[in-house]
Amino acid sequence: MTRKLLQAALVACAFAATGAQAQTEIQWWHSMGGALGDKLNELATQFNKSQGDYKVVPVYKGSYPESMTAAIAAFRAGNAPHILQVFEVGTATMMSAKGAVVPVYKLMKDSDEPFDPKAYLPAVSGYYTDAKGNMLSFPFNSSTVLFYVNKDAFRKAGLDPNKPPKTWKDFSQAAEKLKASGAKCVYTTSWPSWMHVENFSAWHNVPIGTKDNGMGGLDAKFTINSPLHVRHVSMLGDFAKKGWFTYAGRTSQGDAKFTSGECAMFSGSAGAQAGIRKGAKFDWSVNMIPYHDDVKGAPQNSIIGGASLWVMGGKTNNAYKGVAKFFAFLSRPEVQMAWHTGTGYVPITHAAYELTRKSGFYAKDPGAEVAVKQLTNKAPTANSKGLRFGNFVQGREVIEEELESVFAGKKDAKSALDEAVRRGNEVLRKFESANRS
Amino acid sequence: MEKRVLFRSSWLPYLLVAPQVAVTVIFFFWPASQAIYYAFQLQDAFGLESRFVGLANFQDLFHDDRYFESFKTTAIFSGLVACSGIGISLVLATMADRVVRGALAYKTLLIWPYAVAPAIAGVLWAFIFAPSIGIVTYALQKLGIDWNWIINGDQAMLLVVIASVWKQISYNFLFFLAGLQSIPKSLIEAAAIDGAGPFRRFWTIVFPLLSPTTFFLLVVNIVYAFFDTFGVIDATTQGGPAQATQILVYKVYYDGVKAADLGGSSAQSVILMAIVIALTAVQFRFVERKVQY
Repeated sequence: MTRKLLQAALVACAFAATGAQAQTEIQWWHSMGGALGDKLNELATQFNKSQGDYKVVPVYKGSYPESMTAAIAAFRAGNAPHILQVFEVGTATMMSAKGAVVPVYKLMKDSDEPFDPKAYLPAVSGYYTDAKGNMLSFPFNSSTVLFYVNKDAFRKAGLDPNKPPKTWKDFSQAAEKLKASGAKCVYTTSWPSWMHVENFSAWHNVPIGTKDNGMGGLDAKFTINSPLHVRHVSMLGDFAKKGWFTYAGRTSQGDAKFTSGECAMFSGSAGAQAGIRKGAKFDWSVNMIPYHDDVKGAPQNSIIGGASLWVMGGKTNNAYKGVAKFFAFLSRPEVQMAWHTGTGYVPITHAAYELTRKSGFYAKDPGAEVAVKQLTNKAPTANSKGLRFGNFVQGREVIEEELESVFAGKKDAKSALDEAVRRGNEVLRKFESANRS
Repeated sequence: MEKRVLFRSSWLPYLLVAPQVAVTVIFFFWPASQAIYYAFQLQDAFGLESRFVGLANFQDLFHDDRYFESFKTTAIFSGLVACSGIGISLVLATMADRVVRGALAYKTLLIWPYAVAPAIAGVLWAFIFAPSIGIVTYALQKLGIDWNWIINGDQAMLLVVIASVWKQISYNFLFFLAGLQSIPKSLIEAAAIDGAGPFRRFWTIVFPLLSPTTFFLLVVNIVYAFFDTFGVIDATTQGGPAQATQILVYKVYYDGVKAADLGGSSAQSVILMAIVIALTAVQFRFVERKVQY
């Protein structure tokens, strides 16, 4: 009943607004808080100023999982937004929701807007393309996991600030010295599963799951309990015991711990750079993530994270025209470059990458290029192309929970990862059975 | 002498209860029936297709160790919340009852926390106990205690118990105070004349006479811990770490809303519904019959 009332009120407001301006409003739900949110709002304002027919209204809906669940609930109630920013782990869920979304390639074709999937970096476009080669969502903020170092803390510990740890062996040596120098927190991470399971697997060229990490079909199974995975997670458990690794939480809580200067080393999204640049009062550097040097073929290449924009179904043709125009605006190299250099996210088109290089930005700020270099370190293999698991929002939570029990010293790595595989597979089977057709 | 209002009109009584019935039907029966319906369905996240799966959702639940784990967590959590909440507020009420000067100020202050929303209470305590910036964390670190409920399950449980108890103390306090004030002063005075000390008087006279209130509060507190603490948990631990604070009602929310498993979540609500019905039945039987006011 209250919802109906609210709807009526919203409709009334919308009429009042459109009546005055005769513009079509395009709702855009996103999860970019803080400095990133400011940059996103700039994009919308720029677009709104560039033309008079459409008005993009960005709405911050909380974290990635929150905005996705909000949009699902809104869709079921019949008032989904036009554009929804969905993080990479929600991709499989969105792809399977055929009646709920409008594929981007179709949207652009119907609206006669130029759209060339080949313009995008393969590491990016591959993630959002279906088996037939059609791009289903619009890549927006692609990142990858990077390794950040507090150079001041390195100096204080008697370490060379210009030699960040390249391997996990180097890491141990650095960690020992940092701990001895009295660092309150030696290392922390944001997105533990993304960093230490998903990207770890790609970086060492081992599968996360069967069927090309789930890209080959819904009947994939997790394979994250291999000896290498167990070795890595049990190493982290040891680090936690020694006080070299402080757990911060399942999402981006680690960012604040590094930015405040509490933690000397940190792994987190490339997108964290915007916040660190704004908030850090110390000298820091961005580096590739460490690897185990005795693993053959490592380091391979890392996989992307971040999010893409999905177009929700059931809207007017006129609104879709506006969405297509907005996407065309977002694909412009200069817009892409501004977003890339302003946020730390990866330049997602070849043209934007070229433009940024020519502008001399990387010469000034070499850290900004690390993400692209790490993503394209080697030609991607079946293990490092990306992943696509049904309801991986839940699957990842399962992994995070099991990791937590290792970091808390409650379980050993082997039994925790075995359990993660067993429970994760249950999630996959349930998704497979709910999306049979 | 019996007082009874007789309605001559045949429709007026129905009209008068209609708003209440409408509220009950819309906000209780309709969602409950939806939950029962979905408990037998398997549906994708967007509700595009749905099919009948019989008891499969329930079978999945009873094969899931995590579900039983959640039962255990709920039992521990509600036991801690109910016992410490009742204990602390009984002490406070007894004290407040004895205060003569400024009694109103004490009582008002003790009732205040009840006006705080659960989510706010959760955030408040989460700040005080925040792993890197909390003021209590700072003090604990000085004492050599490593406080980090983000990873330590027992500490996380302690945090949500503290926040939930703090929130509920006022309610318990009110009832105990009313209970204490209804005990005839002559009884206590008689005991005092017979030479019974304050402790003796409390245990042999006051406490037994308070038993109806205590029992009522026990049931109310358990129901509170079961359902109303959702806001506290969502604002602080969100069920983590590693499900250490995932009580049943939070799991219903988590599975249904976050994990988009509507069928499994509905099956859990149906089971929860059965538990509430049982609790209410127990309350009515005991409170209405056995315990004397």
